[in-house]
Amino acid sequence: MSVPAIIKIIDLHKSFGNLEVLKGIDVTLGESELVFILGPSGSGKSTLLRCCNRLEQAQRGQILFDGTDILKPDTEINAIRQQIGMVFQSFNLYPHLSVLGNICLALRKVKKFSKKQAREIAFHQLERVGLVDKSDNFPSELSGGQQQRVAIARALALDPKVMLFDEPTSALDPELVGDVLGVMKDLKNSGMTMLVVSHEMRFARSAADRIIFMDGGNIVEEGPPEQMFDNPQHQRTRSFLQQVGY
Amino acid sequence: MDQIIDQFFNFKIMLEAWPIMWRGLMMTLLICAAVIPLGLIGGLLVALAGTSSTTWFRWLVIVYIDLFRAIPPLVLLILIYSGLPFAGIRLSPFTAVCLAFFLNNSAYFGEVYRAGIESIGEGQSEAARSTGLTQIQTMAYVVLPQAVRNVLPDLISNTIEVVKLTSLASVVALPELLYSSDMARSLTYNASPIVMAALLYLIILLPAVRALTRFEQKLAAQ
Ligand SMILES: Nc1ncnc2c1ncn2[C@@H]1O[C@H](COP(=O)(O)OP(=O)(O)O)[C@@H](O)[C@H]1O
Ligand SMILES: [Mg+2]
Repeated sequence: MSVPAIIKIIDLHKSFGNLEVLKGIDVTLGESELVFILGPSGSGKSTLLRCCNRLEQAQRGQILFDGTDILKPDTEINAIRQQIGMVFQSFNLYPHLSVLGNICLALRKVKKFSKKQAREIAFHQLERVGLVDKSDNFPSELSGGQQQRVAIARALALDPKVMLFDEPTSALDPELVGDVLGVMKDLKNSGMTMLVVSHEMRFARSAADRIIFMDGGNIVEEGPPEQMFDNPQHQRTRSFLQQVGY
Repeated sequence: MDQIIDQFFNFKIMLEAWPIMWRGLMMTLLICAAVIPLGLIGGLLVALAGTSSTTWFRWLVIVYIDLFRAIPPLVLLILIYSGLPFAGIRLSPFTAVCLAFFLNNSAYFGEVYRAGIESIGEGQSEAARSTGLTQIQTMAYVVLPQAVRNVLPDLISNTIEVVKLTSLASVVALPELLYSSDMARSLTYNASPIVMAALLYLIILLPAVRALTRFEQKLAAQ
């Protein structure tokens, strides 16, 4: 693929104490690409995502974001982080702030927008996720699906170049999953670059450009969805897909 | 019966003692106005120091908290006021009280804030950091507001304790409420001023205690 790379992960190693969790990962994420990461629990998917905005500090390797190695200690990480949106399994909305307050906080304190500008951006993003009427509500007054959409709006408000999703629908009741996936699909269609960890296989098949299968801290295989689902090359991929009933 | 009233609830004596008592009350309020903010702010600093990523520094903070929570505040005060002069450091009674209360209160309040900060899940600061907020901004806008709300009852009840403890200042002859009432007692040969002091403490603290109880009930109901 010849689209310019937004994120290029090169030979990434990460250990927690003696436990090596990432054993040399290489991933290239091109502009407007949606790459899906599959793999059994504990295979290092979350850790890989969290290294991409340095919530975890990798020990070896490189992560180039727009050409800058974000793992270098002298990289201005807070400047990078605004450009890398992250969505968590447990939403992590700020419970003491309203929906609007959640979205405006970084706009005001990081991007230094005026109150009026921040509100405008926030409303625009809420429109995008279909929750304008909830702007004054507190997170505890929203359903899980609504909370996750607010979390997505919060990340999008900073106008990131790439979005990381770590199991965004795993904590949701089944009937609420569709709304969140719908927002993600819209996002994909608008050209956002996305790295997604999720077990939503049908979504992966329909929306992903590429699927990466991880196991035990390694990338076992990767390829377009048709190949990965219909004709996986590795036994471990096959047995994983079988286990999750696909 | 008359004798009890005469000795403990003697209105005439109380009236006579009022000017001294009033000055004592003002001094108590002045001490409160100094040591409560000192404790609240000092405690916050201690708790923030406790979140440092440097291990030995965190240990130092733990030692500080444990030490000044373990040492009786009266002993600490006398040590500072009467002990330090032997090292050539002579503090005024008011300064000595402020210093002793600062050491004691910052440890107690620090422990309360620490528990509050720990009650906030890691996910909150991760979400904040992922949007580019600095560590300090994350603490100020995301973690602390929630942490303080979670431990507000403890902060209030600690503050009530501090108000009561200001009576310790009488041992370094700082003319606060208790000291003044005891002075009035020795001048009038009557216990009524002490009763009066007790009543004044009650007037200050009963509403606070009541409000705290109601606040706690409200939290429990949520
Ligand atoms: N903070 C941590 N400290 C120690 N071990 C961790 C930590 N985070 C993750 N791990 C370990 O790293 C491995 C990979 O975890 P993770 O990246 O969460 O996997 P996945 O998201 O694929 O389920 C697991 O064995 C997990 O126990
Ligand atoms: Mg995970």
